[in-house]
Amino acid sequence: MKILVVAEHRDSRFKKAALEAATAARTLADTLGAELVGLVAGSGVAPFAGDLGAGGVRTVVAVDQPDLARHSNTALAKVIAAVAAQEKADIILLPATQTGKDLAPRVAAKLNAGLAADCVALTVENGEVIATRPVYAGKALVDVAVTTPVKIFTLRPNVFTASSSGETAQVEQRTVPMEPSDFGAVVTATRVASGRPDVAEADVIVSGGRGMKGPEHFALIEQLAEVLGAAVGASRAVVDAGWRPHTEQVGQTGKTVSPTLYIACGISGAVQHLAGMSSSRYIVAINKDKDAPIFQVADYGIVGDVFEILPELTRQLKQTLGK
Amino acid sequence: MKVAVCINHVPDTETKVKVSTDNTTIDRAGVNFMLSPYDEIAIEEALRIREKFKGEVVVISLGPDAHKETLRKALAMGADKAVLLKDDGTRDSYGVAAGLAAELKAIAPEVILFGKQSIDYDNAQVGTLVAELLGMPSVAVVVKLELQEGKALCEREIEGGHEVVEATLPAVFMAQKGLNEPRYPSLKGIMAAKTKPIEEKPAASAEARVRTVRMKKPPAKSSGRIIGNDKAAVPELLRLLHEEAKVL
Repeated sequence: MKILVVAEHRDSRFKKAALEAATAARTLADTLGAELVGLVAGSGVAPFAGDLGAGGVRTVVAVDQPDLARHSNTALAKVIAAVAAQEKADIILLPATQTGKDLAPRVAAKLNAGLAADCVALTVENGEVIATRPVYAGKALVDVAVTTPVKIFTLRPNVFTASSSGETAQVEQRTVPMEPSDFGAVVTATRVASGRPDVAEADVIVSGGRGMKGPEHFALIEQLAEVLGAAVGASRAVVDAGWRPHTEQVGQTGKTVSPTLYIACGISGAVQHLAGMSSSRYIVAINKDKDAPIFQVADYGIVGDVFEILPELTRQLKQTLGK
Repeated sequence: MKVAVCINHVPDTETKVKVSTDNTTIDRAGVNFMLSPYDEIAIEEALRIREKFKGEVVVISLGPDAHKETLRKALAMGADKAVLLKDDGTRDSYGVAAGLAAELKAIAPEVILFGKQSIDYDNAQVGTLVAELLGMPSVAVVVKLELQEGKALCEREIEGGHEVVEATLPAVFMAQKGLNEPRYPSLKGIMAAKTKPIEEKPAASAEARVRTVRMKKPPAKSSGRIIGNDKAAVPELLRLLHEEAKVL
């Protein structure tokens, strides 16, 4: 049996989600007694391909060719399917990042494989891989088995632990011939906001709701986020009101998040919001209404005025963290 | 220009999910269903394309008769035609994609729109599967879409930023919040939708590729804990975050 883990990269480095997937693949390979091989594809990827060894992958196939400098989901899916076929991979793992989610269905269709998307756990029951995935934005979980000979799983970022063994994997370079028609959709520019992390990837999120009373008061949220190196999140109500961009929305029609620490400020806790953040490891809630549903999921709740508590929390944290 | 929109009928976002007695799906008793919110954005985009380039908007849904309600809403918003691919509603993503792809092949639209994901099973894979099955390019999580001669210029969301993507038509696009503000159906639209026919046919068959072993509720959070009131509670919060949670 063989597992292929596809590693995503940006700016000549593996993304954290890629190392998480590699580590999860190592664990699964050990449980199943399977071989494990990594795959990194792009232009100029060979020099850092060996870094995937940090996740416990000992062999990495690097498909490093200039035509892949043009990022295209159709082209990359072709590369992944080709290498999976060459390697006779039985299981393919990818991170469930926006890129991974864009590639996995195509690879699945090419290989007649079933796909379990956005998994939060992989276990083995009677020799069969069982994937756990949230549905209804986390209001329920399903355990699923993929029934095709080739099985594909995408893994939710920030859920699996990435190991960093410091080891380097052996790199084997390979090419996959491409046709112009493989580039049906091509990324012509990428704009990444520097500074604050994205809510989907952040370890800490400071989130604000209607209790913030107006967009101008989100400065208090941003100041706390700044001290913690956190992402800023928002409830649906404040996004719908136009106070914050939809990219920050946490909940069923926004992003489902599971950071280590989620600080909810002036958020009452509608069902659809709780669904999107309840799997956070620690939840802090600050709200003036002691009966607000958010307190039912809070590890540490403070009842009171966010406009008094937030600045005080920011001030004391600055002292504690020496900033 | 012919535009097709694939839409789904899902439990509304206020639903408190209960697991059915056989532990494989949700208990549908008392659950309100609605048009999946991202699909609503896809319909709006299709209508705007028609307003600009003429042509027609066909909406397609795969599932049981209940999906007619959602198709009817799309017609009320202004779609020209609706197709229900009838099925018992238990297919996996591949099954849904295969059924839709068979119908889309016959319709041959230049633009196919989906919501970025259906908010029930959150698989976010049907649109891209359909694109691959039809041999078309696709762009997911689209927040901006501009059609030009034979191609589309899009912006899609990625973690912490955006990608600008150029795709050749025909292609599949999956709508994200922010692409547009969906319109409310007008009274005239609602009345007109009542007389527009919904074409019904059996969905093309497909073998399942994923089996649900069980559905369960997430582990319950130990019910909340209030550590204090007002800003006097801040030092205690910091102590707990540092010593108990060890996150600082």
